[in-house]
Parts: sequence; structure tokens; C-alpha cells
Amino acid sequence: MEEEKRKQISIPASLYRSIEGRIKDTGFESVDGYVTYVLREILSEDEEEETLTEEDEEKVKERLRSLGYMD
Amino acid sequence: MIAPHGGKLVKRIDFDGRTKEEAKDLPKKEISLDKFRDLANIGHGLFSPLEGYMVWKDFDNVLREGRLENDVPWTVPIVLDFSEEELKDIQEGDRIALVYDGRPVGILHAEDIYEYDKVRYAKSVFGTDSMEHPGVQNVFAMEDHLVGGNILLLEDPPTQFPEYRLWPEDTRVLFREKGWKKIVGFQTRNTPHIGHEYVQKAALTVVDGLLINPLIGKKKKGDFRDDVIIKAYEALFEEYYPKGTATMSIIETEMRYAGPREAIFHAIMRKNLGCTHFIVGRDHAGVGKFYGPFDAHKIFREYPDLGIEPIFFRSFYYCDKCRAVVSDKICPHEGSEHQINFSGTAIRQMLVEGKRPPEDMMRPEVADAIISFDNPLVE
Repeated sequence: MEEEKRKQISIPASLYRSIEGRIKDTGFESVDGYVTYVLREILSEDEEEETLTEEDEEKVKERLRSLGYMD
Repeated sequence: MIAPHGGKLVKRIDFDGRTKEEAKDLPKKEISLDKFRDLANIGHGLFSPLEGYMVWKDFDNVLREGRLENDVPWTVPIVLDFSEEELKDIQEGDRIALVYDGRPVGILHAEDIYEYDKVRYAKSVFGTDSMEHPGVQNVFAMEDHLVGGNILLLEDPPTQFPEYRLWPEDTRVLFREKGWKKIVGFQTRNTPHIGHEYVQKAALTVVDGLLINPLIGKKKKGDFRDDVIIKAYEALFEEYYPKGTATMSIIETEMRYAGPREAIFHAIMRKNLGCTHFIVGRDHAGVGKFYGPFDAHKIFREYPDLGIEPIFFRSFYYCDKCRAVVSDKICPHEGSEHQINFSGTAIRQMLVEGKRPPEDMMRPEVADAIISFDNPLVE
């Protein structure tokens, strides 16, 4: 059986109506689409930065110098 | 510094000779140079957060939603195809030595072996199953099975341009050392004319640094050769780009010609390199008449969580009334007799015939660099 690809959540009816009003003439075709868009935008802010050890970073700098990218 | 796509820069590399020795005893799969390049792109994190070739759940979700199973944006399948014959001694859970030019260059942990629907693949990624489309042709030339799972890179692929091959770790350190916080990436598979230069410099005026990032790899007949593109940009850089705010490196992966979906893929790679902005032009990664001129702009609306800011350029042209290269945003003469378009086809024809295009179309130094090649185009 194919796994379910959509889940339902509930929001207050008043909020739903407010979103319906907001998305008129915006290009969003449904409240579902708008809520998905907003949630994805919020969740993407949780990304973390990468880290290099000092030793690894020094190796990278050496390589960049040897290639002429850094003095 | 902008976070890598998916939050973590992938590194799946083991250049220890012992692992390579061990790999000699594993079942083998021959791979092409293009596949070897993508193996390295996974290993060095250019394709972060991918740690290997896609398993079914990711592959299926990429086709369906343009996202990995965990909802992270991803639009182009990164897969490795196998024939029935190649799979006869391989089971899920096995390790496979990926072999190039007779030696193991990677190890694939076969987590998932599956069949796939090529028509669905083509329609989802390219928007068509027409055999006129080069990407569709490639899909239909693939074997019938895919093997997904994590990889380990055992050595880097050969390159024609070692001085320009920077991995995400390199560019991220470079940008930090240069003090660039906002960096715009420019994807190209073409030699630069004045219009390209205008777009790049217009974008550069609002950020700290510009990364010109030619895509090196298999292209279609009639495209400019990789060495021609590099020489042309070297000529442009030498005379017309400030060293403190612009640099160039390459990405080695094949063009898919997947139009809008490939534009997202291109943006993701630049995000992993550390770019905060990405230039998306007219008919980005398109081919023939398969995509609308601004389809690659529209698709970005579906990805508010992409994490890299697209900079859209619609049309740019020379206006003989404004006496400048302009875009439709800043020039009121679009569509009038004053608009002189940059015709890539016409410029290409002049160059192939050994003629310099007019100087308001292409820098003479760039034209000379291209003309110095006997045949600048892919045959």
C-alpha cells in the first residue's frame, strides 16, 4: 500500500477564513498551499552552520594559496 | 556564513590506501567519468545533504514533490543505474566497488535496489517524455535498476582544470578570508558576452562578492567546449573584473537541461559553496522550446525554504537610445527600434567563422580567446 503523502492538521476556523482572505490574488491556490509555504519558510530558519577544525581549515588555506586564490 | 543545504556539509571521503585495497575484493561496477564526477560531488558535499545515491523513498519524493523524503528541497534525481547482469551477484546490504579506468574510486553501500518508471522520471524532471529532449534521451539510455545508498569517495576524478576546482570547504574558507558575507553565484555553460557581464556586475553591486561558476561536463552538440569557456572567462577577468570582489571556480557535473528543476539544483549547489544569492536568467538550463522563458523564475516560489536568495533577470539588451546595456526594469525602450538583443546564435556564428562580434556585444579580448580555438564548439 502506498504511504500517505498528506496529513491533516486543524486550525481555528477564524484563522482559516483570515488566510482565505489574505491569499486572494496572490497566486496561492489554496489555504493548504499557503500554510505549507509559511511553515516551510519558518522551519528553514533552523538550519545550522558547518564547522571545520583548525587543522582542516589550515589545510584548506594552504590549498587556496597554492592555487593562487589567496596570498 | 550561510548554512549548507540541509544544515550540514557532507564529507564522505576516505583517501586511505587501505580502504582502496579492501575495495578490490568487492563486487565491481564500472562508472563513467560523469558518474565519477558526481560521486566526488557527493563525497565533497557539493550535493549536501545527499550522502549517496538516492534510495527509493527519496527518488520517489523528488519526482512527486521536488523534495527529499525529509522535505528538504531537491529537484533532480542523483542515482546510479545497474543492469540485470550487473546485479546478479549483488544484494541489498552489500558493498560495491565503483570502478573507473580499472581502479576502485568509490564504495557504494547498497541499501536499496529498485526498478523505476522512466516515463514518470522524464515527465517529472523534464516536464516531457519527448525523445527530442537530451535529458529524456539520457534517462531512456539508463539501465533498468537503481541502487541507492551511502557512498565513500576513494580518490578525486581527473580534471582538465585543477586550478579552478574548489570544493564547498574551499570556497567557504575563501569567502570568509576575503571578508565576503553576501556572495552571488553565477552559473554558466556559455562564453560571456556583454549582456552576461552586465548581469553579473549588476548583481555584484548589491553584494560583497561574485563567484563565476562555469559548469564543466557533458554537454550537447553545439554548446561551447569547456576549455573555450574557461579561456574566455580568463580573458574577461584579466581586463574587466576587480580581483577583490570577483573570483571563478568550476563545478564538474553534466548539464541535465531540466529547466526550472535544474535551476533549483544549480542554486542548491551554489548554496553549498557558500553563496547567499544566485542569478537566475531567462530560460535557465533550458533547451529548445521545452520551457517557457521564465519558468525557472516561477519555480522558486514553491521553495520558500531553499535558503539561497534568487536574483532574477528577465531580458537584457543594448539600448541605442540609453546608450547602455540595460534590462527591461531600467529602460523604457524595450520592444522599440532602440532595443538590440544579444543574439547568442548570431554571436556564435561570427565566432565560429573567426570574426570578432561588435564590441558592444562582446569584449574583443574574449572574442580573441574564443577565436584562438580551431573549433570552439562541442561536436
